[in-house]
Amino acid sequence: MTADVELDGLTVRFGSFTAVADANLRIRGGEFFSFLGPSGCGKTTILRTISGFIDPTQGAVRIGGQDMRGIGANKRPTALIFQSLALFPMMSVADNIGYGLRVRGVGKSVRQKKVDELLHLVALGDQGAKKVDELSGGQRQRVAIARALAVEPQVLLLDEPLSALDLKLRQHMRNELRAIQKRVGITFIYITHDQGEALTMSDRIAVMNRGRIEQVGDGRDVYNAPRTAFVASFVGENNAIVGFVTDVAEGMAVIEGKLGRFRATNPLGLKKGALATLFVRPEALRFGAADNSLAAITREIAYEGNLTHVGLRTAEDTHLTVLLSAGEAAPEMDAPASVGFDAARAIILPPRQDD
Amino acid sequence: MQAALGHPFVIALPFVVGVLFWLVALRERRRGLITGQTFFQRNGTAVGLFLIAAVAFWAVFMIVLPQLFMVEMSFRPKLPPSAIGGPRDLYTLQNYHYFLFGSPTSSAEWNFIHIKAFFLTILASILVTIGNFLLCYPLAFYMAQVANGARLRFLLLLLITPYWVNEILRAFAFRVIFSSGGLINKLLLAAGLLHEPIDFLGMDVGMYAGLSYAYLLLMVFPLYNAIENLPKAQIEAARDLGAPWWHIHVFIVMPFAKPGIASGCTLVFMLTSGALAAPLVLGGPRSLWFTPIVYDRFYQAFNWPQGSAYAFILLLTCIAFVLAVMRFGKLSLGEITR
Repeated sequence: MTADVELDGLTVRFGSFTAVADANLRIRGGEFFSFLGPSGCGKTTILRTISGFIDPTQGAVRIGGQDMRGIGANKRPTALIFQSLALFPMMSVADNIGYGLRVRGVGKSVRQKKVDELLHLVALGDQGAKKVDELSGGQRQRVAIARALAVEPQVLLLDEPLSALDLKLRQHMRNELRAIQKRVGITFIYITHDQGEALTMSDRIAVMNRGRIEQVGDGRDVYNAPRTAFVASFVGENNAIVGFVTDVAEGMAVIEGKLGRFRATNPLGLKKGALATLFVRPEALRFGAADNSLAAITREIAYEGNLTHVGLRTAEDTHLTVLLSAGEAAPEMDAPASVGFDAARAIILPPRQDD
Repeated sequence: MQAALGHPFVIALPFVVGVLFWLVALRERRRGLITGQTFFQRNGTAVGLFLIAAVAFWAVFMIVLPQLFMVEMSFRPKLPPSAIGGPRDLYTLQNYHYFLFGSPTSSAEWNFIHIKAFFLTILASILVTIGNFLLCYPLAFYMAQVANGARLRFLLLLLITPYWVNEILRAFAFRVIFSSGGLINKLLLAAGLLHEPIDFLGMDVGMYAGLSYAYLLLMVFPLYNAIENLPKAQIEAARDLGAPWWHIHVFIVMPFAKPGIASGCTLVFMLTSGALAAPLVLGGPRSLWFTPIVYDRFYQAFNWPQGSAYAFILLLTCIAFVLAVMRFGKLSLGEITR
């Protein structure tokens, strides 16, 4: 069984510090939903509030339509996978997985059967008798998942569980987590500061900054159509050009700054005279393009096989990054170059509120 | 056997053992079982010699030899000083015999008074230990997992400062509190809860309270240390999986803190069973604690050999008991030092 999770005006304060400010969100049942943001943005607080370890200062958490106020962490239909995994070191793998069932008074034989099923689900079939510290990092990860799934939660909460793993294992576990979620079909709420994880696994992502949810959408929305300057610069790489809006027409706008005059999309309908930032992705910047061009000097060329990063600096000391794919020719080092971009592939947004 | 030969043997024993260990180490080094720098190569000759001399002095003269002399003495008869070393100074089991069967002139089959006191002491020490654990566990848990910064330091201060008061003074203070005209009785009488004072001291309430309090810290700190190492996330994980609070304590915290529990309980049990001040000062007229009996062997009966025999019976029984309990709890000696 799976359930919706609803945040209704959720605010959490610790003393004078506001960790989460007025979060409104509806996570659909069976969805793989991620909260993405830098550390300290409030994403872990949201997760702990949903699981019942923190009480909301204002607003409510509803799971399956039921208000969770006054319902303790041990009574909620959620299970949390901790960043540290928090496996019980004095118990075997099987006892770890069976702990939630034992607490519920499930008989030994039924428990055994369920534990075997779960061991099978996470591909640890013959490891049940082992001690937790005899397992590898990836195996421990799976034990934590199985232990959480054993109590048949309607919502599984994951607090950066992959952050302790090395890169290769992390990428492997991404696929595995996604596959497990498909198989069990319950709501997964995933916390991460790693945009790669969020983009590859999630159905939808909430990007958070300073306690606020800045944007909610699927990976493509968040990457291609950021709604705030923070989202534009936090998700993926972006080049930022600052200026004032001098002209607006038909969803487009022109900004002028010390780097020059540039045209780009204006999705939020900024008015003439507004201070604004233009964002253009490194892969949208092209050498020698006639539109929206600016002059710079090549300062850095990083060859990565399939891609090449080119770092540029303008006369006004603004850094720009251009991403070239394998076939494209890289410019010469320390030579003047002209780069430009297609107005449809750049976006003009209000400047960041927090800096 | 002539007891006069005993002392040279006792004095030689630790040195002989030391030399034996050194020879074993030498042999293992020659066979390549030990490699790397020798002790002297690592520390230099001067420092090495000093370390060996200092540790040997401390271990042999302060710890091993006095105990060995007591063991040796427990096998000697009680003799006037002039007869010591004489023909009557023979090794004997009579002191141990006395503990079990009493004086040769007594008509009773067993030395019931001493045996009863002995087992009551062991039993009472077990109860005091359990009581101490029940008292200290919540406190230690609170300190280790709940209290933060300033409150923790305040609690520690509250725990430690009363122990600046020495043991005898503390015991007499308990006497003042628990006596018939003492504070507790006065309060209860004034509150109208009692019509005549309760004889707390006669009922040994004072003694058990004093005994429990005397070694409280030795229970709190090992527990605190062990529980402090438990990651909070484990408690939260258990809670998240639906465990009620008692289940978390019994199946998560206590198994994790087992080494600390064992070390605290061992310390408290050993020290309680050997405590002297509280039973002596706070024991009621009918109380029978074993340590005052041992004390009396030394200073009332002036029978040092018998006193040492009694003290050793207590020590060995306690060690055997502790080892048995640890075996039962599947704990090794190494673990309780963690």
